[in-house]
Amino acid sequence: METGQERPGQRPRPGPSWDDIGFEVLAPGMFTTVQDLGRPGWQRFGVPQGGALDAYALAAANALVGNPPDAAGLEVTLVGPVLTVAREGLVACTGADLGFAIDGQPAALWQAHRVRPGQVLGFTGRRSGCRAYVAVAGGIAVAPVLGSRSTHVRARLGGLAGRALVRGDRLPVGPLPPGWRERAGLALPPPLRRHGLPQPARVVMGPQHDWFLPLAIERLLGATYRVSRRWDRMGLRLEGPRLAHRHSAELVSEGVAPGSIQVPGDGQPIVLLADRQTTGGYPKIATVIAADLDFLAQAAPGDRITFRAVDLDTAHRLRRERQAMLAAVARATGTAGAPGA
Amino acid sequence: MKGATHGSISPSYPRVVPAGDEAVLVVFGQEIRRDVNQRVHALARALMEGGPAWVREVVPGYVSLLVYYDPDRASFARVHDTLLAWATGEAGAALPPPRRVEIPVRYGGLDGPDLEWVAAQVGLEPEEVAARHSRPVYVVYMLGFLPGFCYLGDLPPELAVARRATPRLALPAGAVAIGGRQTGIYSLDQSPGGWRWIGRTRLRLWDPRRDPPFLLQAGDEVRFVPE
Repeated sequence: METGQERPGQRPRPGPSWDDIGFEVLAPGMFTTVQDLGRPGWQRFGVPQGGALDAYALAAANALVGNPPDAAGLEVTLVGPVLTVAREGLVACTGADLGFAIDGQPAALWQAHRVRPGQVLGFTGRRSGCRAYVAVAGGIAVAPVLGSRSTHVRARLGGLAGRALVRGDRLPVGPLPPGWRERAGLALPPPLRRHGLPQPARVVMGPQHDWFLPLAIERLLGATYRVSRRWDRMGLRLEGPRLAHRHSAELVSEGVAPGSIQVPGDGQPIVLLADRQTTGGYPKIATVIAADLDFLAQAAPGDRITFRAVDLDTAHRLRRERQAMLAAVARATGTAGAPGA
Repeated sequence: MKGATHGSISPSYPRVVPAGDEAVLVVFGQEIRRDVNQRVHALARALMEGGPAWVREVVPGYVSLLVYYDPDRASFARVHDTLLAWATGEAGAALPPPRRVEIPVRYGGLDGPDLEWVAAQVGLEPEEVAARHSRPVYVVYMLGFLPGFCYLGDLPPELAVARRATPRLALPAGAVAIGGRQTGIYSLDQSPGGWRWIGRTRLRLWDPRRDPPFLLQAGDEVRFVPE
């Protein structure tokens, strides 16, 4: 069982000295946070799992710069930050296309770029998707909390003082991995650049689909839902045809898995994401499969989502396909054998 | 909810149902009851102390245990059958009794600004509300909402009051509050919360630098000691 103990190579470090600073934040962007693959093992104490919403994109960015998959990077939301490079190294940006640029020049996604002090990383504007990931060789080296550097804003946990980046922040970066220079220019082939929202998102029914009228299940699997403006790392609130409960929308609170589609009394579904509360009291009509959680991270307000039911065998096959892609990323970047993922 | 919500089939417990493709819920009942909740914690402790290698994490609720599993190591069918056997079998029988933890509390005044309101609502003196609140041995039904937040029950029925229509935005860490038949302890400063704030403990429910970081775990028994 995971205990959330510190992972090798992620021990707390003393406060950053100037030499450890990798970036200075000139502008924070809309909502930029330090994220790794989250802090499993603490949910029974009410600590959300957290971590990068598009975990595939973060793992791929880390692989490109030679980090283990669970190194901490930046999760960038819709409008990107402006960062000054303080120390030479290597960066890679994956996930959404938010117009990643180095010194104002467009820079390829899914590729490692060498950067030098004084250069400026920025984002010129959103073209597709919602969340981009910036990995830096050595990883963002803020102190881990309960085994993870992931920021959880509501619990004020992890990252930089438990909050999103603000102007003037200085981001510590760990030691450069051996052979980092040779990685400059390394790119992932297009089949391994996994992003965008598939239509439809696949779900397994339950755990409480029997709390809903048959019409509600027909609607969930037939209608189109729109991502509401009330949307964050806790959940994707959707707007569309009302999903009616048989009797009540009040359930005795229980643990909730990522991807759960909970339906409060107003009948409008909410897909729960990594920063969700660990327990909740609304019935869950269905649950988005693990293989499709990455895609949910790329849904922005106004985007449309449909759902399709699959059985557990199919869900597990798709999960293995995702793992096979991550293994291919590790081989393509020469990071196979790295711990984590 | 009653059995009618489950269609014509009368539900039998425990049941193991999928919660996505990496977790299952082991459900022991439908109503908040101490004996049902104890079965949840017995299974949780049994799985944590000697469960199969495919168990990744467990999350206790009032009447159910969410069990995260590793689909690479066990199929759903195996997870289902194994957990059903653990949930119905002897697994929980030999476990040690729950821990008993005493929580010192200052009631009323700045430490519990809603105590007088609660007293007026239930028709008792504030001192009597404090005395009755600190009399029972509560059980930590579960943690949730925010890191370290504890849901404790059962509050004496005469102290049951409605939650605030508008939640407070910033309760302090250690605030002891009541709502419905439950009482809780807020774990973080500036917690939002809709329960009635009647006292405060100086103990820290959680501290990331402490080992273990959490003072209480689900299944613990708690007594409030006025100070």
